[in-house]
Amino acid sequence: MAKKERMSGNEAVAYGIKQVNPDVMPAFPITPSTEIPQFVSTMIANGEIDTEFIPVESEHSSMSAAMGSEAAGARTLTATSSAGLAFMWEVLYVAASSRLPICMTVVNRALTGPLNINADHSDSMGARDSGWLQIYAETNQEVYDNFLQAYRIAEHPDVRLPIMICQDGFITSHAVQNITLWDDEPIKQFVGEYNPEHYLLKHNEPMAVGPYAVSNYCMEAKRAQAEGMIKAKQVILDVAKEFEEVTGQKYGLFEAYDLEDAEYAMVAIGSICGGIKDAIDELREQGMKVGLLKIRVFRPFPAQEIAEALRNCKAVAILDRAEGYSSQGGPVGADVRAALCKYKVYAENVNILYGLSGRDTKVEELVEVYHQLEQLANGENPFDEYPYLGLRG
Amino acid sequence: MENKFDFREMQAREDRFVPGHRMCAGCGGPIAVRNVLKALHPGDKAVIGNATGCLEVSSFTYPYTSYTDSYIHTAFENAGSTLSGVETAYRALKKKGKITDDYKFITFGGDGGTYDIGLQSLSGAMERGHDMVYVCYDNGAYMNTGIQRSSATPMYADTTTTPVGSQSNGKPQTRKDLAAIMAAHNIPYVAQTTFIGNMKDLYDKSEKAIYTPGPAFLNIMAPCPRGWRYDAPEIINICKLAVETCYWPLFEVIDGKWILNYKPEKKVPLEEFLKTQGRFKHLFKPGNEYLIEAFQAEVDRRWDELLVRCGEK
Repeated sequence: MAKKERMSGNEAVAYGIKQVNPDVMPAFPITPSTEIPQFVSTMIANGEIDTEFIPVESEHSSMSAAMGSEAAGARTLTATSSAGLAFMWEVLYVAASSRLPICMTVVNRALTGPLNINADHSDSMGARDSGWLQIYAETNQEVYDNFLQAYRIAEHPDVRLPIMICQDGFITSHAVQNITLWDDEPIKQFVGEYNPEHYLLKHNEPMAVGPYAVSNYCMEAKRAQAEGMIKAKQVILDVAKEFEEVTGQKYGLFEAYDLEDAEYAMVAIGSICGGIKDAIDELREQGMKVGLLKIRVFRPFPAQEIAEALRNCKAVAILDRAEGYSSQGGPVGADVRAALCKYKVYAENVNILYGLSGRDTKVEELVEVYHQLEQLANGENPFDEYPYLGLRG
Repeated sequence: MENKFDFREMQAREDRFVPGHRMCAGCGGPIAVRNVLKALHPGDKAVIGNATGCLEVSSFTYPYTSYTDSYIHTAFENAGSTLSGVETAYRALKKKGKITDDYKFITFGGDGGTYDIGLQSLSGAMERGHDMVYVCYDNGAYMNTGIQRSSATPMYADTTTTPVGSQSNGKPQTRKDLAAIMAAHNIPYVAQTTFIGNMKDLYDKSEKAIYTPGPAFLNIMAPCPRGWRYDAPEIINICKLAVETCYWPLFEVIDGKWILNYKPEKKVPLEEFLKTQGRFKHLFKPGNEYLIEAFQAEVDRRWDELLVRCGEK
């Protein structure tokens, strides 16, 4: 029997870790993900899991040790945030190109400049081109469920890529919400054992990982890696379907909330979607046709599906919780706009920066954005050239 | 540990680092790797790690490899942490009954990847107590990128980032004493060696490092013909002079106890070592005698310090 509980996002991930019982976890503490290795260490100390924890001296080493461990044939986990993720940068690419299905639970926090410990997506968004799968959550339930599906996706023979399971720092990681926890046995069966085809410690089959490759070979390796990312989309959907059979929870590439008949839509990622749903409920009561496309899977980017879901909208606001410093807006804006263009969806659109470094976004601000979208569709563009939501002064 | 050195038996062992790699003639790197791996007892399995550097790009160039054992390279500065992950996975899988074979873990890095950019990763791996050997093949500069100075570069060496010029005598600083830093980690085994005679010293130390439970560190002076500027066959003579001048002493630190392995009957003047290499050529210009004197004083000071540590003085 599933059980109802109340817990934070970090506790939810830790509960998932207990059920998955990964072989090895190297980690280095950084706010707001620190609790995750703490919970794991406590579970090990109490004999609740038999994971080997490596208390590394930095995040660069945690990702390096994770690579060594995964290549050796062990199901491997790490956790980080912000500067910790940035410090791993170099090795993120090596892990992906070595096709090592490591899982990293990312608790999203602003990258320093100025130093700030609160939620935004600049850390994982900066790593969006590193070859890692990225799945984002709105709630503690979603981050728990996404984690339980992570290894099934990453380890799939068609994919073999590392995966980031992301949640918003503090807002999701520390705030306590209701959650349904699934029974151990069906989850253990769903996740299954890790039995890689090739690994360093395989009996009588030595292997070499991480070659120097000249131009004659390197481009083919990159294409093979890109194929893994392309194929991941179907694997994510298949795994979600199986997860639904076990738990009844439904997941896709994104969530469409009141989107079917929406004239004005927002596209967003993460905890902000709770506020957007409140704004939608309020406006729907007034008869305004508004909706939300909540991106769950950002890598691979479901371009066609997103474009099709927005085809009948008159105006779309794409929300970014990470600056791109391109002078064109943020990374979600760039990818969604490219998708709209590629699939010839000609809705008016605007890319809005919000919530940087933990700035609160209020429901009334989101309601106002929907009204502004209506104006935009009517040819009276009310938006700044480079819009920021909730910027002071 | 029973330790018998049989040169013929050692040479008869199948190589685990095989020919076909692209390292230069007269380079110390492959000599170090081949001989360290010779110390693995026949039949014992190993996973070999490697930091980015000459050795990596020349010995595992896709689709070729010179390693008969499992091998992993991930990046430049993380050979210590990468192999610590492999070693931990081994313990985890062994505990769960998923693997049955026994493995040893040995990783190689140049001085750039060890003394400098990889020092943190190495320190972490040693402090955490992983059962592994970190081997530094120390050629005293970043040779792979074209002979830039490292913290292992000896004083006054001419490198591409400490070039000799009208205002420069080469590298102004002395070299870092990495073996002492590793000994300060209180790990069970630290040793310094190079290529001497029939390689007994290198073999013995490699075997002890590999078969001592817990972390071990080996520092092997491995000359580079390009960076040091010598003719390939000169390498053995250079190594011998490095030891006879006390520039590169042979010692071990076993469970904190310092042991001197070789004490020359009469210390050969340092200039005999220096003059074998083009990187020190400028020291022999008239008027530069004081530089050799300063270098000699530094070598003497360090040798005396070592004698004290080893209880020889």
